[in-house]
Amino acid sequence: MKTSEKLIQRYCAAERINHWIVAVCFVLLAISGLAFFYPAFFWLTGVFGTPQLARIVHPFVGVVMFLAFARQFFRYAHHNLINKEDVTWMMSVKEVMKGNEVGDIGRYNGGQKGMFWVMVLCMILLLVSGVIAWRPYFAGYFPIPIIRVALLVHAASALVLIASIIVHVYAALWVQGTIRAMVEGVVTHAWARKHHPRWFRQVTGKETGH
Amino acid sequence: MALQSLDILRRSATPTPTPQARNPQEVAKLIDTTVCIGCKACQVACSEWNELRAEVGTCVGVYDNPTDLSSQAWTVMRFNEVEEKGKLEWLIRKDGCMHCADPGCLKACPSPGAIVQFKNGIVDFHQENCIGCGYCISGCPFNVPRLSPADSKAYKCNLCSDRVAVGQEPACVKTCPTGAIQFGSKEDMIEVAQTRITDLQSRGYDQAGLYDPAGVGGTHVMYVLHHADKPALYSGLPDNPSISAVVGVWKGMLKPLATLGVAAAGLFGFFHYITVGPNRADDEDEADHGTPPAPPAQGTKHKERENAL
Ligand code: HEM
Ligand code: SF4
Ligand code: SF4
Repeated sequence: MKTSEKLIQRYCAAERINHWIVAVCFVLLAISGLAFFYPAFFWLTGVFGTPQLARIVHPFVGVVMFLAFARQFFRYAHHNLINKEDVTWMMSVKEVMKGNEVGDIGRYNGGQKGMFWVMVLCMILLLVSGVIAWRPYFAGYFPIPIIRVALLVHAASALVLIASIIVHVYAALWVQGTIRAMVEGVVTHAWARKHHPRWFRQVTGKETGH
Repeated sequence: MALQSLDILRRSATPTPTPQARNPQEVAKLIDTTVCIGCKACQVACSEWNELRAEVGTCVGVYDNPTDLSSQAWTVMRFNEVEEKGKLEWLIRKDGCMHCADPGCLKACPSPGAIVQFKNGIVDFHQENCIGCGYCISGCPFNVPRLSPADSKAYKCNLCSDRVAVGQEPACVKTCPTGAIQFGSKEDMIEVAQTRITDLQSRGYDQAGLYDPAGVGGTHVMYVLHHADKPALYSGLPDNPSISAVVGVWKGMLKPLATLGVAAAGLFGFFHYITVGPNRADDEDEADHGTPPAPPAQGTKHKERENAL
């Protein structure tokens, strides 16, 4: 590490642990879920020992992930309220894709905020539909037509979430220095100034307001 | 366990062809509700041959016992009293798997080989491959499969596939004292049914008919009904059963759509990275730490990159 490097704390240890609990649960859920969804990927159930174990474990991991995500929701929801700046950002994603910054971005940009709410929606749909389809404990309490809808909603929202997470992971890889925020908890001044100038000014006290 | 003498037409969660060189006749069981006396000999025969013992229930005020299908009761008699043309009728139906030509259970099942459809038409569950998800229960238009509380595996009538494989009729057929259940090739059973229906129609049951619903491609268990125009009278036999449209979308269209979405996300990331390249916050920016940089002129960086290419 360069001695001259100036760092800002972005996520504390508790936040990082929370994030990686959700991430690990998500990967386990995606592996087992895709195995049930695509016959050609059924072998992925082997990751859990046997297909039966994969089926039994999946919903329990789902509940753990949901609870951990709920903690994140209450941490970050107030940072993710969408404002005019974010709408401008979303309208100019083409420019952003080219590597140009758009607008005076705070702690999160329009894309991150949009992603946050997509995740919230998917998590709720997945939990509700997952519980309805959960055998042998809960499915018996619901009429079969409801379970059918739950299974469709569960698979559809799972696939939306998986595609979204691919974008989420890619964005973190693409914007260099971002992974460090969630691994070591810190970002460089340069990173903050380039990608989140308003947040940078707020945390460094270089400017108040906004 | 697959029965070597029975070729397999379809196997759950298996897109490639299954062994099917042999050309057996399609079989069918014909249940004549107009002959059945509700003695439940078939229920007993089923439990004996398949070594099942449902709990001895209590009388709930009607003859139904057990009151529902279960992993220990693959067939149950359902009794219903209705008034038709001012006369009381006692309609008795032997409920169980219909062995659909287009089985919703098999369509829904995610586990390879947990459900097979033999070429002779029998739909069989192979419990050693079952993962206990219960998707088959949602897929079935007749509400037939049941999970066992003992092992979380799905069970239902297998039309005595083991007996049929060695040229015998199902246990219920063999036992029925009135001849209300018959077994043979599907072609023959339709013929037998037609003779019976003509007879019934000549004796006042002008709506008598065969229940072999086209919505599921026909079934390999068929009923002769006095009131074929109102199957629901027979303890809720569906009028026009077919695989639910919701199950159709879930197991159909959703898959290519999902593949497209996930592949698009992955490919976009890959090609974006190898064309645009990483988004770095350059170290030089560190130098002028007083004021935040003015937003770069739109498109500048893009132009630079184009020049570099
Ligand atoms: C939030 C809590 C969750 C619960 C309670 C839950 C529950 C379930 C249940 C009960 C099943 C049926 C199979 C089984 O019994 O194991 C299932 C299937 C599935 N789950 Fe989840 N799950 C949850 C979260 C997730 C997440 C986050 C994903 C995606 C990453 C996911 C993806 C899937 C997929 C793709 C299937 C297969 C659907 C199909 O066969 O079409 N689940 N889930
Ligand atoms: S009646 Fe239900 S369980 Fe039997 S073959 Fe048809 S769909 Fe499957
Ligand atoms: S419970 Fe068993 S037979 Fe039924 S769909 Fe699931 S794996 Fe297939």
